[in-house]
Amino acid sequence: MKIPLSWVREFVDLPKKISLTDLENAFVNVGFEVENIDVQGEGLSGPLVVARVIAIEELSGNKKPIRYVELDCGEKSTRFVICGATNFSVGDLVVAALPGAILPGDFAISARETYGKTSNGMICSARELGISEEHSGIIVLPPDCAKTGEDAVALLEINDVVVDAAVNPDRGYALSIRGLARELAASLGCKYVDPISKIDTSKFGINKEGVQISVEAKDALSVVFIRTIAGFDTQISTPLWMSRRIEKCGMRSISLAVDITNYVMLELGQPLHAFDAEKIDTALVMRRAGDTKMITTLDNQKRNLDPTDLVVADKSSALALAGVMGGASSEVTDTTSKIALEAARFDPMTIAKGSRRHKLSSEASRRLERGVDPSLAEISSARAIGLMIELGGATYVGSSSFGEPKYAPIVKFNPNFVSEYLGTEVSLDEVEEKLKIVGCDIAKKSETNWEIDPPSWRADLLLSPDFVEEVARMIGYDRIPSKLPTGSAGATLSPMQYRKRGIANLLASSGYSEVYNYPFVNPEYVASLGFKGDRAKSFRIANPMSEEFPDLRTHLLPGLLQTAVRNLARGSKSAAIFEIGSVFRNLTPLKAVASVATDKKPNQKIIEEIYSSVPLQPLHVGAVVAGNFGQAGWLGDASEFTWNDAIGMARKIISNTGNISSTVTSDFAPWHPGRCAELQVDGKPVAHAGELHPRVIAALGLPERSCAFVVVLSALPFQNPTRVTPVWTMPAAVQDIAIVVSQDIPAESVAAALRTGAGELLESISLFDRYEAIGDGKVSLAFTLVFRAPDRTLTAEEVSTYRLAAAQEAKVQFGATLRD
Amino acid sequence: MSLTPAGISQVVAAAVGAIKNCTSLEELKKIKIEHVGDKSPISKASQSLGSVAADQKAEVGKLVGAAKAEIQKAFDEKFSLLELERDARVLVEERVDVTLPSPRIPIGGLHPLTILTNEISDLFLGLGYKVAEGPELESEWLNFDALNIPADHPARTMQDTFFIEPLESKLVLRTHTSPVQIRTMLENEPPIYVICPGRTYRADELDATHTPVFSQVEGLVVDRGITMADLKGTLDYFARAMFGPDVKTRLRPSFFPFTEPSAEVDFYFNGRWIEWGGCGMVNPKVLEVCGIDTTEFSGFAFGMGLERTLMVRHGITDMHDIVEGDIRFTRSFGSGGR
Repeated sequence: MKIPLSWVREFVDLPKKISLTDLENAFVNVGFEVENIDVQGEGLSGPLVVARVIAIEELSGNKKPIRYVELDCGEKSTRFVICGATNFSVGDLVVAALPGAILPGDFAISARETYGKTSNGMICSARELGISEEHSGIIVLPPDCAKTGEDAVALLEINDVVVDAAVNPDRGYALSIRGLARELAASLGCKYVDPISKIDTSKFGINKEGVQISVEAKDALSVVFIRTIAGFDTQISTPLWMSRRIEKCGMRSISLAVDITNYVMLELGQPLHAFDAEKIDTALVMRRAGDTKMITTLDNQKRNLDPTDLVVADKSSALALAGVMGGASSEVTDTTSKIALEAARFDPMTIAKGSRRHKLSSEASRRLERGVDPSLAEISSARAIGLMIELGGATYVGSSSFGEPKYAPIVKFNPNFVSEYLGTEVSLDEVEEKLKIVGCDIAKKSETNWEIDPPSWRADLLLSPDFVEEVARMIGYDRIPSKLPTGSAGATLSPMQYRKRGIANLLASSGYSEVYNYPFVNPEYVASLGFKGDRAKSFRIANPMSEEFPDLRTHLLPGLLQTAVRNLARGSKSAAIFEIGSVFRNLTPLKAVASVATDKKPNQKIIEEIYSSVPLQPLHVGAVVAGNFGQAGWLGDASEFTWNDAIGMARKIISNTGNISSTVTSDFAPWHPGRCAELQVDGKPVAHAGELHPRVIAALGLPERSCAFVVVLSALPFQNPTRVTPVWTMPAAVQDIAIVVSQDIPAESVAAALRTGAGELLESISLFDRYEAIGDGKVSLAFTLVFRAPDRTLTAEEVSTYRLAAAQEAKVQFGATLRD
Repeated sequence: MSLTPAGISQVVAAAVGAIKNCTSLEELKKIKIEHVGDKSPISKASQSLGSVAADQKAEVGKLVGAAKAEIQKAFDEKFSLLELERDARVLVEERVDVTLPSPRIPIGGLHPLTILTNEISDLFLGLGYKVAEGPELESEWLNFDALNIPADHPARTMQDTFFIEPLESKLVLRTHTSPVQIRTMLENEPPIYVICPGRTYRADELDATHTPVFSQVEGLVVDRGITMADLKGTLDYFARAMFGPDVKTRLRPSFFPFTEPSAEVDFYFNGRWIEWGGCGMVNPKVLEVCGIDTTEFSGFAFGMGLERTLMVRHGITDMHDIVEGDIRFTRSFGSGGR
């Protein structure tokens, strides 16, 4: 909310001089972030005078309209100036900067030759004076508001400081001069006069004259006032002091009637709506839209009404979307003379719903959905019609009302709680003083029991901590000391947290760089990688950042591949990247939970329903190796990274978790169907690894034979600590064995057969050669077998028996033959 | 030769002289054959001792033995000296440029968000906190309702939420890690000391300082007698660990539906106050919805963005670097070791 200090000073005894820093801190200390402080009139110096337009000569032959204007600036003779605006006529009062004046932005005004004429000054727009963004035309002053030659700086009250303070949703009252002035006064310890103390409502009693109000939707508001005036003169302009204040608050001056409603709203915080009373059929009623289907609002939008929308209606139609926006049909126009003014204390939720439903956030709805002081319906409407009578020549007709203001309840409060909760001593006198400053009335029943009546504008003060915050704000948060509490001994990471760390460290120290990709993906792209079925079933975001990426990822590779592409596009020769993150698969029907109350803990069954409404989100680790691994350099090329390295790294990740994997062939996308391994633990798939599909590689422009692997971290069981046998230290006996077997038999299976056949003294088996060019669909696999006994040196004869036994087992299982 | 003392001296002198003048191992090898080996005069003298008269044998034997030892000693000394010289020469010849880079050592790195999360987790583990995590795709009730943010309340629009289709599913991408706090309180009895790091989502356009996908760490303590001073002390401790021992912090009054009193926490860095996060005493309504007896327990909570923390700590000026996955960025952090 923007507030001019000149207006605040009307209610607060601010020091004559206050530095901008002190001003900002004063707001910040009581909870209002200052978004901007605008020192208006800074960099502006006169002569800036009121001038009357005497004559206008249109200069033709230019790209845009140019006027040569004769001005009476209250001097002996008239002046001539060039002007590019056209929103004024002969006789209008305008603002002229005369030679010697300096406008904001160091813009010096001097007499100058232009368009073949001498321009002896400049007619100013609001933006040129730095007082608003308005630049669609020059300023046209209300007729007879000043004499020619009068100082316009003073007239327009240009020199002012406008503070833009952010108001949090719990402080609706502070969306007003009244509210922010109170906070500023409290923060600085200055005297404050409540603006409403000057307002007399007694002149405007309730009667049967004027427009009458009834309320059907009694749950939607607590109190409403309709006040009627007649004989309002729409020809009268808004006085400058009022329009300037409205502009300084960031709104536009429109017409006297509308300006008065806005002025009072800005001053007190109560939104008001003015109806053309002649357009009202009989009387007003507050009701739900029901069967009324349509309304055209002030912005000339036809809006379909929801049956639950709250409307202000007459006998025949809806006239306003209550609290959100007025209707066009009953709008105050320049032919209006009888006005019915509405002020109501609406239920905030009703307004919030309406505003959200129609995507209409107005100055009114912003205040009403935060809750407005219920006492203001009566007071602000009186203030506004008072101004209409005073400034618009109107006469009072009558007032009608419904309901009573409903205030926040009286709260029982133990004042010692302030010290207990803040962790610092705050005396009861201080607690009392501070609560009174914020407007509370206190009845002290005992030292430990106060009955607090919160002020009418603070519907949010309900619980003890609410009052603690008020005291803390007023004494300053810096009074709170610093003390470090600790939890109980024995906190550790969870097994999964250890696992994540271990694997991230493993990959990072193995040469992979970690990335965090957005989980937003494009479904066509995902499909183009070959994802289908369950692996492509995604969740769609209702309001995505970009329509191009509306889905949540079901797999890490789509994001990793794009990041690899980005790295290569930026000049990297290769990229080895990994990510650890959740994926989102839409595999089970979504179970929405009916609305659950929040006044107490839901029962276990409901908690479980809420929990099970959230889909499982498995944790994956994925990696892409695009191009060679590591760096080329003076030692030669970077090392080649193959399908086998990808599978090996996936195996290493699994074995790092204490699990033992087995490998089977797989044809999952986006991998190469002949070069993809599925790794299993306990017979269940936990990882895929290998070379990427050539088509995917080509489509993305990745280096040939790029590889990838993904391991489902949340699918790997947590194993008990590994049990080991003693390390045997007798000499080892080494035997090599080469066997010929059909190339369809996986090497892992052959090794397993050899292991079985070799017996329990086999310490290790490793493949040291694989020879394909043997023909006949067969390969030769050569293994080194290491045997060792716990208690003796093995003899050559003994070991060669084991070797033959191993070969025999491979023969039995796979028809393998020994190669000589 | 004659086995006279003079003859022996002559042999010794010849041998020692040759050894002394020798300058290379090759030459020394020849000298060895000539003056030390089996066919050298002194060896021959030794062999011919048998022909010496018995009464002179002891004396001559002694002379020859001493002479042999002298020659051997001279030889050994020279040999070690030349060997040392040769070694020194060869090692000099084998010298390499040790400043050459080592391209075969793989260079990877952890993302700084991981490093920071680990560091913060360890910091709080040391204070007896557990590290709690939860789903990113979350129930609206846990993300909003249970945190005293009712539907249609203006506070809900404070956070630009990503909703999941269909809206009836009441699923959102969590806007903070606070639903993990709720889950923790629903599942555990106090005392509770947890931090909740994780990814969070708000519909902000990516620019130099904003990203729609970001990371938070939140803290929650629920115990007997917890006060706002405990909150302040914890934040001070945290801030010093993040930004150095001299960092200043301040609390400013603010509003969050789930805390009361609420505050923003700022820290003073390089001459200006920087907004770090939000915090406050847990609103009793939130404790009650989680079944915690507010007459016995009170609590505090805080939450801050990790990206902001990273940017300040490491002088990162553009959010794009954090989110784009450029390996040059990640590599500069290594594995976060110290």
